[in-house]
Amino acid sequence: MNRSVIEADLCKGCRVCVNSCPNHCLSIGSEINRLGYQYARSTPEKCTACGICFYVCPEPGAITVYKGEAPDVK
Amino acid sequence: MIVKEKPKAFYDTFERKGAGQEVTHYCPGCGHGTAHKLIAELLVELDIQDRTIFLSPVGCSVFAYYYMDTGNIQCAHGRAPAVGTGIRRTHKDAILISYQGDGDLAAIGTAEIIHAANRGENMTVFFINNAIYGMTGGQMAPTTLEGQKTLTTPLGRSSGRDGNPIGMAEVMDAIKAPVYIERVSLSTPGKVLKARKVFKKALENQIDKKGFSFVEVLSPCPINWKMDPVEARSWMQEHLEPLYPVRNFRDGSHLPVPHDDFIPFMKEDEIINLLSSGGAIPDVKASESDLEQRVKIAGFGGQGVLSAGILLANYAIASGYEATWLPSYGPEMRGGKANAGVIFSNRSIGSPVVAEPNVLIALNSPSLTSFENDVEPGGLIMVNSTLVREEVKRDDVDVLYIPASEMARESGVLATANIIMLTIYLKYKGLADTELLRKVLPLSVKRKDAVDLNLKMMEKALAYYDRELA
Repeated sequence: MNRSVIEADLCKGCRVCVNSCPNHCLSIGSEINRLGYQYARSTPEKCTACGICFYVCPEPGAITVYKGEAPDVK
Repeated sequence: MIVKEKPKAFYDTFERKGAGQEVTHYCPGCGHGTAHKLIAELLVELDIQDRTIFLSPVGCSVFAYYYMDTGNIQCAHGRAPAVGTGIRRTHKDAILISYQGDGDLAAIGTAEIIHAANRGENMTVFFINNAIYGMTGGQMAPTTLEGQKTLTTPLGRSSGRDGNPIGMAEVMDAIKAPVYIERVSLSTPGKVLKARKVFKKALENQIDKKGFSFVEVLSPCPINWKMDPVEARSWMQEHLEPLYPVRNFRDGSHLPVPHDDFIPFMKEDEIINLLSSGGAIPDVKASESDLEQRVKIAGFGGQGVLSAGILLANYAIASGYEATWLPSYGPEMRGGKANAGVIFSNRSIGSPVVAEPNVLIALNSPSLTSFENDVEPGGLIMVNSTLVREEVKRDDVDVLYIPASEMARESGVLATANIIMLTIYLKYKGLADTELLRKVLPLSVKRKDAVDLNLKMMEKALAYYDRELA
């Protein structure tokens, strides 16, 4: 299944990806990461691996987009 | 299968101090990270990472060298296009990315960006416009909108008081040379993807040596705008984009390569010959006599005052002395006052200022009036008696009256009076080595076709000395 995998400790919780995802696959969780931000989380169900979240995200390594086989994340 | 991941043109870890070794120093929701990511991805895609030199500015993106695994130069404030120009002169295949903010490019670096654009330098400029000074804490920038509140415009920018927002893409469009000018925005996903296409084109232009490409990037600064990152992007669409229209201003990428940046290769001796017209300072031999000559050569501009000074200094160096040359002249190239101070000595010289000359060469009347009383007792005053009617009043100095301009007139070039005076001075002091003078003279004469004439005048002066003064 397609999925955007978010590296929890690299996310600054800016919500730009959440707001940009055309299929509303992303949300901000309640947990706080190492940097002190509530970070974004993804669900795979409706993801088309379009890459929009990757491009709007200002952090170089926070988002990796998988098409097909994605690693299992919580 | 991974379809999008951290571009390889970023370092794996960012070796910077403090918190994150894997995250940027940029605030949450900052546009810089997005712009960096687009560029980094394109460096890999276009296979130019290994020949890219990333010129970072002063501003928030000052630390780009922590992130971009390319050549990096952090430039003085606003000077990145000038630095790029310098690199281009020696590295014609380097990919130069000048990445600048609005304080850097549109305020302190205005001169550099305009002239780099005007020369059509083959480089790509990414101009990040967030309408505010970010790094220093949110002061008004040249690009700040009318009414926008900043630290320095707490009541909002007023055009009457603070000037108008400046559209740099429009400014660039007033210049002939740039091949590609476009303004993009990072406000929506669609516009980010459009920006990527524009970035790519701007880099391809450089790869194809098409010339100067300018991309203005409207970019959010949520922290200094005091908005959350999502709100900041809405604000861009509502306020920034209407004033700074997101569009292409020029695309000449289909045109042929405008100019060749090829610099002809020259061997060292060819360069020396070009610059010295065949003259050369011979091997320096140490001088034994204890001597300090502080020479003031004065006249009006156009008489060769400064050139005579250079010739004397070069000659002194060739004779094994230490020498300095310090010109002083007014704004007029011709007709104004000019003087040159030359000191040469077999001891080291502290200051090049000739305040108390022991030799005054006065080529015109005002020079004698100005400097006569400065001459050290026992010194020498040489007067161009063609132009100076008055006599030297001092009786504690040696005086030579030479009709130098008259002698020069006979040869057809009045401006050779300087060489006549200089030759006679050297001869009078027992310092004239005519062979050496012949070798040094071509180094100091600006008009190379005048070398022979000056040599002729030197002979004439030597003959005059033997006839009249010996």
